[in-house]
Amino acid sequence: MLQLQRITKVFNPGKATEVIAVQDTTLRLEAGSFTVLVGANGSGKSTLLNLIAGSIYADRGKVLLNDREIQRLPDYRRSQWIARVFQNPLTGTASSLSILDNFRMAALRRVPKWLKLGADAAFKRSVAEKVETLGMGLEHKLAQPMGTLSGGQRQALTLLMTTMADVDILLLDEPTAALDPRSAREVMGIADRIVRENNLTALLVTHNIAEALRYGTRLIQMENGKIIRDCDQQAKLALKQTDVVSWFDYY
Amino acid sequence: MDFYLAAIIQALCLGPLVIGLFLSMKIFNIPDITADGSYTLGAVITAVGLANGFSPLVTLLLAMLGGAVAGSWTAWIHTRLRIHALLAGILVMTALYSVNLVLLGRSNKPLIGYQDLFAAFRVFADADHNALAVLSVGSAILFFCMSYLLRSDFGIAMRATGDSEPMIRAQGVNPARMKVYGLAIANALVAWSGSLMAQFQGFTDINMGIGIVISGLGAVIIGDTLMNFLKIRAIPAMLGCVLLGVMIFQSILAIALSAGVDANLLKLTTALLVLLIVALPRVGSVMQFGRR
Repeated sequence: MLQLQRITKVFNPGKATEVIAVQDTTLRLEAGSFTVLVGANGSGKSTLLNLIAGSIYADRGKVLLNDREIQRLPDYRRSQWIARVFQNPLTGTASSLSILDNFRMAALRRVPKWLKLGADAAFKRSVAEKVETLGMGLEHKLAQPMGTLSGGQRQALTLLMTTMADVDILLLDEPTAALDPRSAREVMGIADRIVRENNLTALLVTHNIAEALRYGTRLIQMENGKIIRDCDQQAKLALKQTDVVSWFDYY
Repeated sequence: MDFYLAAIIQALCLGPLVIGLFLSMKIFNIPDITADGSYTLGAVITAVGLANGFSPLVTLLLAMLGGAVAGSWTAWIHTRLRIHALLAGILVMTALYSVNLVLLGRSNKPLIGYQDLFAAFRVFADADHNALAVLSVGSAILFFCMSYLLRSDFGIAMRATGDSEPMIRAQGVNPARMKVYGLAIANALVAWSGSLMAQFQGFTDINMGIGIVISGLGAVIIGDTLMNFLKIRAIPAMLGCVLLGVMIFQSILAIALSAGVDANLLKLTTALLVLLIVALPRVGSVMQFGRR
């Protein structure tokens, strides 16, 4: 369970360019829930995600993961519990490293990396089995550098990499924004499957309303750094696409 | 023939340096200029160590330790104070000039008569052949250690750090610490080369490091071109290409010198040679441009 308690984040405080990105926000994500976060550009969605991941630190407030305060930990410490998939498919994987080496790093996300040759035959087999579940035929190309793969393939592998170690939270920051419709559908299908199979607590940021309605057990809208709508599973099922689109017509 | 043998021996002396520069420039993507200073530092520590009767192996280890400290300073300035890596390297390199001068006590120190690395392992009577044998063994150790290091879990993390910082942060690695380790290892290797070169040429000079980054870079680029040309992705083969690169580079310099290039123009020749190597892959596209 992830809790945000009265989180505030202000960029450029005291200057003319001051932006209150997240304002006194409290949010509680239950274990095993899949929350979808929508909102206009600049509404604070990505900042909220970065605050949870630890790429930026909150000015005020607490972040609790299973009742443990983590708001002062840097992102590379939080990553032992929190996995994330980035908007840019090139960010989540290392281009010049092989698929196998990328998975090796993902398998060691919770432990230090020692001077040990870990990518042995048994490890390779276990990765091949996992990659096979994607149905992309990549299990025969484990030695190939990530850079030679398409954005959709890399995003799918980034998702799969999060299952190499036991994580609690999966943050999805517009994972399909840079993908074509078919790859987007595939990647979201994989994300949904991974969240269910591993019973992860997931948070998806998206601008795609159809995706927002189709996936997840809860829907939240942010505006000006605050959560202004919060729909549980029942309310979410009753929503239609036009309803959600109308949320953005406030001018 | 002796002339080319000397070139190969020099290339082997520079082997650790080019592997170090390959690590900092290609694997970590950090333009690390510290090498100009840490190369001399390696030579200076060697001179001081040998003069004080330390064994050649202990002296070599001390020299590498000195290089590692210099490299970690650059990485610390770069990552903690957020100063551009190029500037951080120049700062440390400039500071090292004074450090080297103070350690050495004067600007030039001959090493003749001391028990050096080549004298310690005397296999062949002929000095050049002996140097070649000792350096070949050293290069082999370097090659196996580095290819093990870069294939290990730690090495994968180092390679990933140079590739995508967000990716490696998301896998629980602190990239700042990784860069400190990386530049420390790279500069320890550079100092290793400085130490070898001082012992091979028989003296340490305060200015011997000037432009050494460029010589090393030329070799790294030749190695990189070979990798791209042969489509090499395995780590040991990549290291092999870099080591081959330094042999090719030093041989070209030797040919240039034997063809009558004035020794005073050596640095100019080196710079032009590196320029040629860097520019060569682009000449094709320039010609295409002209045809448009």
